[in-house]
Amino acid sequence: MSYQPIKFYQTGTFTVGNRLLEPEDRSVQANMRRTNSLNSGHRACQGCGEALGARYAIDAAMSATDNQLIAVNATGCLEVFSTPYPETSWQIPWIHSLFGNTAAVATGIAAALKIKAIKGGNDRVRVIAQGGDGGTTDIGFGCLSGMFERNDDVLYICYDNEGYMNTGVQRSSATPPAARTATTMAVGEQPGNVFGQGKNLPLIAMAHGIPYVATATVADLHDLEAKVTRAMQIHGARYIHIFVPCPLGWGSASNDTIRLARLAKETGLFPVFEAEHGEVTAVSKIRRPLPVDDYLKLQRRFAHLFGARPRTDVIARIQAQADRNIRKYQLLQEAPQ
Amino acid sequence: MMRKPFAITLDPGSSLANHTGNWRTERPVYLDRLPPCNHACPAGENIQAWLFHAESGNYEAAWRQLVEDNPLPAVMGRVCYHPCETACNRGQLDSAVGINSVERFLGDQAIRNGWKLAPSAPATGKHVLVVGAGPSGLSAAYHLVRLGHRVTIHEAGPYAGGMMRFGIPKYRLPREVLDAEVQRILDLGVELKLNTRVDKILDSMHAGNFDATFLAVGAHIAKRAFIPAGASAKILDAVQVLRSMEGEGKPMLGRRVVVYGGGNTAIDVARTAKRLGASEAIIVYRRTREKMPAHDFEVEEALQEGVMIKWLSTIKQAGESTLTVEKMRLDESGFPQPTGEFETLEADSLVLALGQDVDLSLLEGVAGLAVADGVVQVGANMMTGYAGIFAGGDMVPAERTVTVAVGHGKKAARYIDAWLRGTDYAPLPKHELAGFDKLNPWYYADAPHTVQPVLDMVRRQSTFDEVQGGLDETNALFEARRCLSCGNCFECDNCYGVCPDNAVIKHGPGNRFSINYDYCKGCGLCAAECPCGAIRMDAEEN
Repeated sequence: MSYQPIKFYQTGTFTVGNRLLEPEDRSVQANMRRTNSLNSGHRACQGCGEALGARYAIDAAMSATDNQLIAVNATGCLEVFSTPYPETSWQIPWIHSLFGNTAAVATGIAAALKIKAIKGGNDRVRVIAQGGDGGTTDIGFGCLSGMFERNDDVLYICYDNEGYMNTGVQRSSATPPAARTATTMAVGEQPGNVFGQGKNLPLIAMAHGIPYVATATVADLHDLEAKVTRAMQIHGARYIHIFVPCPLGWGSASNDTIRLARLAKETGLFPVFEAEHGEVTAVSKIRRPLPVDDYLKLQRRFAHLFGARPRTDVIARIQAQADRNIRKYQLLQEAPQ
Repeated sequence: MMRKPFAITLDPGSSLANHTGNWRTERPVYLDRLPPCNHACPAGENIQAWLFHAESGNYEAAWRQLVEDNPLPAVMGRVCYHPCETACNRGQLDSAVGINSVERFLGDQAIRNGWKLAPSAPATGKHVLVVGAGPSGLSAAYHLVRLGHRVTIHEAGPYAGGMMRFGIPKYRLPREVLDAEVQRILDLGVELKLNTRVDKILDSMHAGNFDATFLAVGAHIAKRAFIPAGASAKILDAVQVLRSMEGEGKPMLGRRVVVYGGGNTAIDVARTAKRLGASEAIIVYRRTREKMPAHDFEVEEALQEGVMIKWLSTIKQAGESTLTVEKMRLDESGFPQPTGEFETLEADSLVLALGQDVDLSLLEGVAGLAVADGVVQVGANMMTGYAGIFAGGDMVPAERTVTVAVGHGKKAARYIDAWLRGTDYAPLPKHELAGFDKLNPWYYADAPHTVQPVLDMVRRQSTFDEVQGGLDETNALFEARRCLSCGNCFECDNCYGVCPDNAVIKHGPGNRFSINYDYCKGCGLCAAECPCGAIRMDAEEN
């Protein structure tokens, strides 16, 4: 657990705020004076998980750095819906890079800030790079790996919606097995995306031995904010992978975005943990264990697994992945003594 | 013109120019729904509202909210059968909130700290006669006096309290608790005339020049059953037994006591007999436990204390020290039928607890009054067929509990007030019910029910000390915080947090939220993630 959960206060720390908690125990999002980094009027779809995750993360980073922050944004949904020329939804210093070079641009800004500090300028400004899973796990992977390897002073945040969504829902290396996309149709013996490793970027980042790696979802705000805050207390290369459901690409109801993120964690499909210098230091335990069906059924990209002739064999393979995560990360609570 | 970078022709603008609200097909509506506890409360308490104050530890504010509807929380926290807890949505999550125990805690806090009731509205100059100082009469008096009317209660008995004193044993309701809450009502200026029996209601009204009357005389006449009995058989009735517990001469019941009946009164008498030293207290009831009208927890407590119950039995004959009992069986429709099998039961006394009737003699000669099934008929406004005479409690058709009686008193007071002012009282329309399906229970912390302490068995069998203990300050707070606040915003900030479009406006502590429809795209996340169901999605008109 990245933060100390507070029990017995009606909703404890499960909700965004809680009038019974001390203000410092509430989330940044509960604050009336939060930055609102990503302001109203952006063109993200209804119920966009990425828009939500980005505001959660950047507001937390702004709060943690006393508003001394520059964000570099890869091409992708987040950039497209937030900055159609000449409008912007960003209320922070923000720069748009190419699809693939976000990490490199952030590295350059961090280097420039270092020089400015040496010359007597503001030495408190921090840099965040952010992008979707396509810009991170596929196109920008080389630059990102270099940034990790050089241990540049950048927090890289990946908003993982498991595909190229704004270009028409194509597969990325973060698309889960069996999911239907425009390029992995639900046809043939093995419908949807192939079963394979994909690219597990949190583990790859950990393999670089960087100071801090964490995963989070938009369903657990206190956890997400604690991880961003922790990351901003550390210098060097840091990576946070945030799970952000996509109603458009996943074929889910717009009001199920948070529920899906919660189910991804509760089923064990998306393990939520943090790691320092390549070693896992904490995991978020599953509160109410659930079968993967509960998660899959809400999404039309998995509809071919259900219906008249359900593919129980495929569902069983997905369940096996979840079970492996549960074992590997020890996601279940210890039985009460 | 300002110099711009290469290929840039426009100044940067804000996306606030883009009103995404026009994408919407459904709109979130921030509303209050009716919590099931409030819906179920016969006294019309706003339970969710007083728990809200108790959750933050502000017990006095909680108590003040509570007494807006019910002037007897310490009594109610002991004797109410809490239909609120049966209705509580938390029951579907782990176990219902111990509303009754928190109510008792608040009532006891008020007595301990001497909290006084708020002063009343400006005097109206009207004078209302309340007949009977039971829960219904006291409740009506309290609400009437707070509405600015002068109130005089005529009570036939030597003490106030009605069935709360003469029907409910001390081990369930200590008398100092009752006295304290009655006194607090009297302190508001209610005049109480004890030992003042009303023989003819119209005479009393004219004599005192009253503008209106509320009748709440209760049901004190024990129903009898014809049981052939020898001259020396000792047969009493439950009302008489429980009433004499309040006087000097305790009832002489003997070592073996048989109680005939299956209601709460039968249980009360049997448990009282046990405490008076009976070695055997046996309840004879003609049907089964499932069919018994007594509340299950009282049956359970009685059984724990050693009370025995003979199911499916009727009493055919009473002799000097024996009773003849016939076994019954239930037919297809659930009615008991005789079997012709008899047995003998040793008994020093037989107490009949077969229900009570209302003494309606005071109503003789009142024109237009309708009586059916032994009770007075009243309209939706609690008024009898005679203009200006209202009635409530056990003497009108309703379930006979203290809580219902208190509710009648409040309701009648509002209609009496309107009648005296020549206006109409229109209750506010009720909000839609906040059922469990309206909630998102994920957000509530896991918290099992707090168990109230229970008196040890030896003292339960031999003394009239209170059986159920109260909560202390820590576990009362814990229990209050188990409330889900169904249908009513408790400012958890979820809607404000989960909106991807920053379209929920937070107004600060106590001032709630509103929706910014300029930017709300109608995704429904706020409604889906609201723990308590205080946001509803409505289709847009066009």
